[in-house]
Amino acid sequence: MGMTMTQKILAAHAGLERVEAGQLIEADLDLVLGNDITSPVAIHEMEKMKVDGVFHKDKIALVPDHFVPNKDIKSAEHCKCVREFALRNEITNYFEVGEMGIEHALLPEKGLTVAGDVIIGADSHTCTYGALGAFSTGVGSTDMAAGMATGKAWFKVPAAIKFNLTGKPSEWVSGKDVILHIIGMIGVDGALYRSMEFVGDGIVNLTMDDRFTIANMAIEAGAKNGIFPVDETAIAYMKEHSTRSYKIYEADEDAVYEEEYTIDLSTLRPTIAFPHLPENTKTIDEVTEEIKVDQVVIGSCTNGRLDDLRTAARVLEGRHVKKGLRCIIIPATQQIYLQAMKEGLLQIFIEAGAVVSTPTCGPCLGGYMGILAENERCVSTTNRNFVGRMGHITSEIYLASPAVAAASAVAGVISCPCRLT
Amino acid sequence: MKKATGRVFKYGDNVDTDVIIPARYLNSSDPADLATHCMEDIDKEFVKKVQKGDIIVATRNFGCGSSREHAPIAIKAAGVDCVIAETFARIFYRNSINIGLPIIECKDAANEIQDGDQVEVDFDSGIIKNLTQNKEYKGQAFPPFMQKIIACEGLVNYINQK
Repeated sequence: MGMTMTQKILAAHAGLERVEAGQLIEADLDLVLGNDITSPVAIHEMEKMKVDGVFHKDKIALVPDHFVPNKDIKSAEHCKCVREFALRNEITNYFEVGEMGIEHALLPEKGLTVAGDVIIGADSHTCTYGALGAFSTGVGSTDMAAGMATGKAWFKVPAAIKFNLTGKPSEWVSGKDVILHIIGMIGVDGALYRSMEFVGDGIVNLTMDDRFTIANMAIEAGAKNGIFPVDETAIAYMKEHSTRSYKIYEADEDAVYEEEYTIDLSTLRPTIAFPHLPENTKTIDEVTEEIKVDQVVIGSCTNGRLDDLRTAARVLEGRHVKKGLRCIIIPATQQIYLQAMKEGLLQIFIEAGAVVSTPTCGPCLGGYMGILAENERCVSTTNRNFVGRMGHITSEIYLASPAVAAASAVAGVISCPCRLT
Repeated sequence: MKKATGRVFKYGDNVDTDVIIPARYLNSSDPADLATHCMEDIDKEFVKKVQKGDIIVATRNFGCGSSREHAPIAIKAAGVDCVIAETFARIFYRNSINIGLPIIECKDAANEIQDGDQVEVDFDSGIIKNLTQNKEYKGQAFPPFMQKIIACEGLVNYINQK
C-alpha cells in the first residue's frame, strides 16, 4: 500500500520509512508561524514551559497582520508583546509594519516556505503553503508554543481525498471559483481531518496565485491540508523567491485515497458563496435576482495577491464604483502594493472610487477597516461568511473572486465582468 | 479522569469559532474576559445561564473556522466541563486537548441529547449517560496520550512533566 504526497512528507519528517492514515507521529518542523492574535497566547504558554528559548531563531516567523497598524490600545499591547518576544529571542523573521504583509502571502514571497517542508502556524489558513508542495497546517497557540520550544509537533497522519483537475478555466474563472466549487460540492466538513491532494493535467493552467487561493481555503472544507504537486510553475516561483533548497515528494501510484473527484476546469463558472457558509455556493448564472451590495472587499490571504489586483483593475479600469457603495482594496504585502503601484493599478482603483489600504487582515475577520452595520451586505474575496464575521450579526457576506467582487462594486449588485456594459 | 456532570446547552451543525468568540473581542487574551462573550453571536443567553460544570452538545463540525485557541479557552473559562459533538473541526479538537478542555465525539448522543438535559460523561470509558432521558451512549474514548495531556490540564504541563 503506497503513501500520499502528504504522508510521504510526514514520514520523512518523523524519521520513518512509512506511515499510514490514523498513525500518531511526532514530526520535525521547518517553520513555526504566528500572528498578533495567536502569538501572545503562545508566548504566554511558552513562558510556562521549562525551556531556555526557541528551538531555532531562523525557523520561526512572527507576522503581526490582523489588527495592525494597531487598531486600539489592546491590539497595540498584543503587538508589543510579540515585538519584545521577537527581539528577546533574536527571531530572524519578525516583520514589522512597513515590511509586513498578510502572513500567508508574505511567507512564500519571502522564500520561507518551500516544497517538502513541514510547517505549522497558529492561523487556520496556514494550509496555503501546500500550493508549493509543502505540508502545512493550522494549529492553535499552545501547539505553536510547543513548536517554538521544541521544533516538533504531534500529528495524526491524515487520510486523503484526490481532486483530479483537468482542462483550462475560461475567462474570469480563477482559483477562487475552483475552490468555492469544490467546497460547494463536498461541504464545509467534506474533507474533515483529511488531506486534499490536487493532481491532474489542468494544474498547469492554474497560476501560482490561483494555487495559493485554492490551498488557502482547504480549511473551509475542514481539511488538515491541501497540497499541489511541484511542477515547473512552482519551481520557478521558489527559484525566484527563495534561496532554500526544496525537496519534491510525489504520491505513490498505489497511494490510498478515500474519495476521488474529477473536475473539468473548463466547465466552471464564476462562483459565489452565499451567507452564512462557504458551502452555500451558486454560479453567477444561478444569481437571477438583484442582490444589492453595500460594500466590496478585495484582499486577504485568500485573494490579495498580484493576480487578484490585476484582475480587479481590468474590471475597474475606465469604470466607477457605484454611488453609495464602499469598495476597499487591500494589497496583501508591501511588495504587492509596490508592484501594483508600478503597474498603475492603484491609480485605476483610486480613479474608480475605491479606497486602497496598507496590508492588513482587517475586515476579513471583522477587526477593522470595513466593518458592516446591521443588515448590510458585502461581496468579499475573503474566505469566511459566517454569522457576524465582518460586523453586525445581521450583516451578510458573499464570498467571490476578485473579478466578481470588482464587477459587483461597479454594478452595485452581485454581478460579473461578463454582465458589465 | 474525573467525570463531567451538568446541564446541556444544545446547538446544531457548524458552530464556528466566530460565533463562539467573535474576533472583535480578540484584542484580549484574558480567559475571564473571553468567557464574558462566549457564544455571544449564536446565543446571547448563554453567558447569563451557564453554570460551572455545564456541558455543550452540538452536531457536526463544532468549532470550524479560525485557529483561535481563544474559542476553547472561552468555553472552559465560562465553566463548561465538556463538549460533546458528532464531529469537531480538527484545529478546535487539538486546541481543546492542548488546553485541557475535555471533548468527545459521539453521533447518537450529539443528535439525541436535548437542550436542558442532565448528562454525565465518563472520559475513561467514553460512556455518556443522559440522566434526563435515561439513555446511555458509547463515545470515543481518548487515546492514552491525549488522556495524559488532559490530566495534566494541557500540553504545557505535559511537556514540563516529560
